[in-house]
Amino acid sequence: MGSLQIMLEDLFRRLEVDYVFPPRSSSQALSLGAAISPELACLPLKITLGNMIQGLRAGADTIVMMGGWGPCRFGYYSQIQKIVLKRAGYKFKMLTVEPPSRGLSHFTSPFKFLAPGISTRALWNIVRRSFQKGRAVDLIEKACLQNHCYVTEKNKLAQLKKQTLYLIDRAESKNEINEALRVGLKTIDSLKTEDKQPVLKIGIVGEFYLLLEPFVNFDIENYLGSKGVYLERSVYMSDWISPSGKNVVGGHRQKEIEKLADPFLSQWVGGEGQVTIGHTISFAKRDFDGVIHLLPFTCMPELIAQSILPAVQRQYDIPILTLVVDEQTGRAGVVTRLEAFIDLLLARKNEMLLRN
Amino acid sequence: MKVGLPQALLHYKYYHLWETFFNELGVETVLSPASNKQILNAGVKSAPSEICLPVKIFLGHVKALKDVDKIFVPRVVSVEKGAYTCPKILGLPDIVRGTEGLPPVLAPTIDFTKGKIHFAKAIYNLGAQFSSSPLKIFKAYQAGTKALKRHELKKQEDGLSKTGGLKIGIVSHPYNIYDSFISLDLLKKIKKEDVSIQTSESLDKKIIEDETSSLPKELFWTYEKEVVGTALHWLKTGKVDGIIYLLSFACGPDSLAQVLIEDFAQQYQDVPLMSLVIDEHSAEAGLLTRLEAFLDMIKRRKKIESNHRPDGLSANYARGSVQAA
Ligand code: SF4
Ligand code: SF4
Repeated sequence: MGSLQIMLEDLFRRLEVDYVFPPRSSSQALSLGAAISPELACLPLKITLGNMIQGLRAGADTIVMMGGWGPCRFGYYSQIQKIVLKRAGYKFKMLTVEPPSRGLSHFTSPFKFLAPGISTRALWNIVRRSFQKGRAVDLIEKACLQNHCYVTEKNKLAQLKKQTLYLIDRAESKNEINEALRVGLKTIDSLKTEDKQPVLKIGIVGEFYLLLEPFVNFDIENYLGSKGVYLERSVYMSDWISPSGKNVVGGHRQKEIEKLADPFLSQWVGGEGQVTIGHTISFAKRDFDGVIHLLPFTCMPELIAQSILPAVQRQYDIPILTLVVDEQTGRAGVVTRLEAFIDLLLARKNEMLLRN
Repeated sequence: MKVGLPQALLHYKYYHLWETFFNELGVETVLSPASNKQILNAGVKSAPSEICLPVKIFLGHVKALKDVDKIFVPRVVSVEKGAYTCPKILGLPDIVRGTEGLPPVLAPTIDFTKGKIHFAKAIYNLGAQFSSSPLKIFKAYQAGTKALKRHELKKQEDGLSKTGGLKIGIVSHPYNIYDSFISLDLLKKIKKEDVSIQTSESLDKKIIEDETSSLPKELFWTYEKEVVGTALHWLKTGKVDGIIYLLSFACGPDSLAQVLIEDFAQQYQDVPLMSLVIDEHSAEAGLLTRLEAFLDMIKRRKKIESNHRPDGLSANYARGSVQAA
């Protein structure tokens, strides 16, 4: 995962902690994790468990995992993963970084364990800087995603993205990060060709992990991008961990989401349930041709969204494709459904053009 | 004004409260019929196929309440500070609202993370739709809580008064235990044998709280705390001869609680545990076979234990749990 990895590596470097990053999520990570996971747990638990095993095999003796206070399962992942890994015979220490909403020490103590003697103020400055970096990466990713269909030289865009991410990764100070970001965004913008128009406009909504990890979403963004589709995605890494819900990368602030979703889902239900509904409505209002909803099998917040989306679809007349993913889902099936969806959207678009 | 009460999910926890509350305010309540095949089918039709069985059943009940003015689907976000119910219960009124062709829903928000005043306001606003007298609303609520307390006490006493035969503890959400359609008549099947049944309702709430607060991290789902705390207490104290853990296939909280419970069952092996995973495709015959095997195993074990063999090997002989598929 791009931005998360760059952000965390930056954090550990600044804290002077010796770290290994597990290899990118792959079918190997999935099968390692799934083999010892509780069968009925949601997909992200299984893959991150596989990542942990790979990290331990690469020599790690401590696992750092994020936590949460519910109501979705993610906040309890690390507790369960600890039990399952211990039962499988692994020896390690598990540190869970909890959101600071129930006391700052839940958040700081893992870091203070890793970097003994660090003051809370120093830690805070480091965390802020790393977060800034993560957010900068997100902004580059967003620019590449949303400009993709307007660019003729796709290779150049890919290369430019790589270069910019490298520069952001290397940047130290606040100004250096901002400068790398500014130059990156400007150059990406300059690659756009005037006459290029998107074939279709599709919004992607759904559960955080599935949206962010190309391995589990079958690299859907690249696939659709290669077909000339303009894409927007509802959630970025920094939106997910940002405590304020302001300065979001992916579209709408928390307050706007609540307002948009209110007629259909007036309650925050954990995870991205409300974000999914809010963004679907936003995409519909902004005349997108369709929405793709990605969710892990049995994901609680997204199942609520899935139950409600038909009503949204009825009111706004926007086609929605729901893709439920678990460890058995195959790429071929997903591609077939995507193709059929694109055909449907194209037919609808043509029909509407003829009518007008 | 007729208000429909779906006989599903939290009905099995708070029914006495709400029914009394409404009736005291002069509102007629209509209860949906007991779960049955039609209700399940209606629910299955209007829910995503991956959602848990209890929510599907709930939607079926809502659809069975056609001739009412409003359907009561309280949004029970939280019943104590620091914990939620379950995301699906949080979103339940919206799921119902999104279903076509239903009467409007009456959905007060119960959210104790926002404090007691928020709760009092929610109750007042609910009552104010039927009465202009704050005193009357207050009294209706008081009568409701009294009725609920009476019911809870009775359940507790029922559990304690049971003696004789095997003592089997069932840990699960009340809507799994008491909806005989969901549980495939588990209670009745057990009662046929010489067995007395215990549930978490026979335990003091304090015991459950103590057990779950000993976990490395507190669970943030109240009803899951009841499930885990009860299982833990029985495993540690041996107050029952065996535990049946009944869980729904697609239940989010239970998918993780299962790991906790089974891990504790490995640490405290004196009480055998059987996990039964159910969904709408579960067959009665399969359940019966597993249940019988489990009860037989416990009976054998008890016999051996009461033979008091001095080598101490005997009890181990019958150890282990029957795992449901
Ligand atoms: S959002 Fe869904 S998939 Fe992700 S952790 Fe929560 S329940 Fe699991
Ligand atoms: S606790 Fe489990 S069974 Fe109950 S509503 Fe939530 S997911 Fe469904």
